Amino acid sequence: MAENITPAAGKMSSPPERSQRGEPRLLMRGIGKSFGAVRALSNVDFEVYAGEVVGLVGDNGAGKSTLIKTIAGVGPADEGEIFVNGQKVTISSPQVATHLGIETVYQDLALCDNLDVVANLFLGREERSFLRSLDEINMEEQTLTVLKTLDVKIPSTRSLVATLSGGQRQSIAVAKSILRKAQVVLLDEPTAALGVAQTRQVLNLIRRLRDQGLAVVVISHNLADVFEVVDRVVVLRLGRKVASFDIKSTTPEQIVAAITGAEFGHLMEPDGATKSNDSSGGR
Amino acid sequence: MSDIIEKNDSPEPTEASQVAAFGGKATGAAAVEVPSYMQRRTLGQMLRGDLGFIPVLLTLVIVVVYFTIASGGIFLKPENLSNLVGQIATIGILGLGSILVLLLGEIDLSIASVSVLCSVIMAVLSERLGAPAGVAILVALLAGAVIGLINGLLVAVLRVPAFIVTLAGSIGYAGLLLNLLAGQSTLIINNRFILAIAGTPRSFLPDYLGIGLPVIAVLLYAVGLIFNYRRRKISGLRTMSFSRLVSQIAITAILVLGAVAVFESYQGVPYSTAILFGLIVLFWLLLTKTAFGRHVYAVGGNSEAARRAGINVVGVRIAAFTLASTLAAVGGVVAASHGTAVASQIDPTLLLNAIAAAVIGGVSLFGGRGSVWAIVLGVLIIGSLVNGLALLSQGTDVSEMVEGAVLVIAVTVDALIRRAQASSRSGR
Repeated sequence: MAENITPAAGKMSSPPERSQRGEPRLLMRGIGKSFGAVRALSNVDFEVYAGEVVGLVGDNGAGKSTLIKTIAGVGPADEGEIFVNGQKVTISSPQVATHLGIETVYQDLALCDNLDVVANLFLGREERSFLRSLDEINMEEQTLTVLKTLDVKIPSTRSLVATLSGGQRQSIAVAKSILRKAQVVLLDEPTAALGVAQTRQVLNLIRRLRDQGLAVVVISHNLADVFEVVDRVVVLRLGRKVASFDIKSTTPEQIVAAITGAEFGHLMEPDGATKSNDSSGGR
Repeated sequence: MSDIIEKNDSPEPTEASQVAAFGGKATGAAAVEVPSYMQRRTLGQMLRGDLGFIPVLLTLVIVVVYFTIASGGIFLKPENLSNLVGQIATIGILGLGSILVLLLGEIDLSIASVSVLCSVIMAVLSERLGAPAGVAILVALLAGAVIGLINGLLVAVLRVPAFIVTLAGSIGYAGLLLNLLAGQSTLIINNRFILAIAGTPRSFLPDYLGIGLPVIAVLLYAVGLIFNYRRRKISGLRTMSFSRLVSQIAITAILVLGAVAVFESYQGVPYSTAILFGLIVLFWLLLTKTAFGRHVYAVGGNSEAARRAGINVVGVRIAAFTLASTLAAVGGVVAASHGTAVASQIDPTLLLNAIAAAVIGGVSLFGGRGSVWAIVLGVLIIGSLVNGLALLSQGTDVSEMVEGAVLVIAVTVDALIRRAQASSRSGR
């Protein structure tokens, strides 16, 4: 088993202020997925607790997106078990995921540029008042509340989303999942293509999500961001979970080593035999 | 862990926590919204936003002034204006239908054929088969709805390009109406009820309705605005300034009552105009005050985002095409009444004029942008051009060249605005 170091590392990562962590919000056991002959995921265990931010890292093709898709219901897993709050579930479609309180914020954000912030946040689940007309005031109040919780600053709730900055757009996409009563939020490369100030905004946003007691999974290529915001890092390589680090007792070098399959210049695991040349070269 | 949070939060202004300490909904807006928003907008942004109609209005003024001078003042005589209004009702109703489809980023090239086909169905039923006017009109409208449903199913479910579906449809429906007329080139309408819609010298609202209905509409609008203003104030939401509220009501009242005064100075408000404006108000409410309307804009803006938000994208598309063709049928009925006959010949400029009126008024061909009120300015410009060129005894040749040029200019402006918006976004 490649992930024999995992359980110990995972247990130790328990932050001090959460003495009893109870059941994980999301628990995955032995997840596997194949595309024809290609084994995209193999026997992956993954869990995330309420009030925890887990970073999911790995090189291109490591299986990060595939894993996220199994959670989001876009590409269900072939094998393995998924538990949400201790209940065994089958996430067969995005609707099921939403129903279970799992929301995914993809890189393309899925916002309507021609609509204002309020309209985007309530798209598809508008509040109505008499004669089924839109209850704009109610929706605007809720918008202000949720944006205030997330400490998001925008020109106006009636600004068109097209006029907002990248960080603000990311915040709106995240706020949308909060309004849908999400318990687990998956963020796919939330800081890619953002400037320094906007990246800071989004990292603050992720902390706010944790403070709200949500379980957050962040896919990122940016180790600086990972170190700034996550509690625990899960490293995937070639479809396997190779390590799970508590961020406070880890160095970037260790994570890079796990990602590439080399540890301080030495090969780490035998399963990466075909990769050994480039990975040791990379170190 | 907790000290990390505090440390990283400290760069954020402490103003947020102060606001939180004061609590209350009133400060909620202040904590989220940047206060200087309204002042920060440049003229260019305003022209692309709320004031987007100004260039169109200026164009209308130029057109009107030019034709008034060139025709020696005949253009602005009440007789001519009344004539003009009669001519534009059909274009306006068809244009309104095309707006629904344009907002989705689709196009319906069959509305002119559908319009004439439905008027022929009505005429054949009432004149040849002796059906009562009400039944004939109802069947015509139903036929329009069914055609729209077919268009919608093909476009939304089978994802055939709307351009092809509706272009092929328009040819097919033109053939069907020839078939229905059975060789007759013109079918005169004698049914008094149908003629009463727009085809008689008495097809005008009585004064108490002609003045009363617009006044009631303006009053309802004002009450709605004030009610909304009060509720927003109570909820602590950002409201427009009181002077803006007053001026918005005043400008609306002046425009509406001014238009009514012009009508009343001659013969009154024609039924066809009342139908057009009634439909515009109806669809304005549908598009801006209901979830369906919001979904139309969402599908037009980003259909993938709309789908992921759980919107029934297919249903919205089918509904829009169905409504568009039904409106085309309404336009056909009004046109038949106005012309007191239906003909086998479909006016070749009707389709383009209807779509042009929508685009000139600011409805984007790319979907998701524009208001139904766009049709008022658009149709006035188109109508003025057609009417004015006729007054100057210009033939169809010049008229069609001018209309073609105007449409190209309108679409070019639309494309430029879109590009400007895209670049202003990426520049941030």
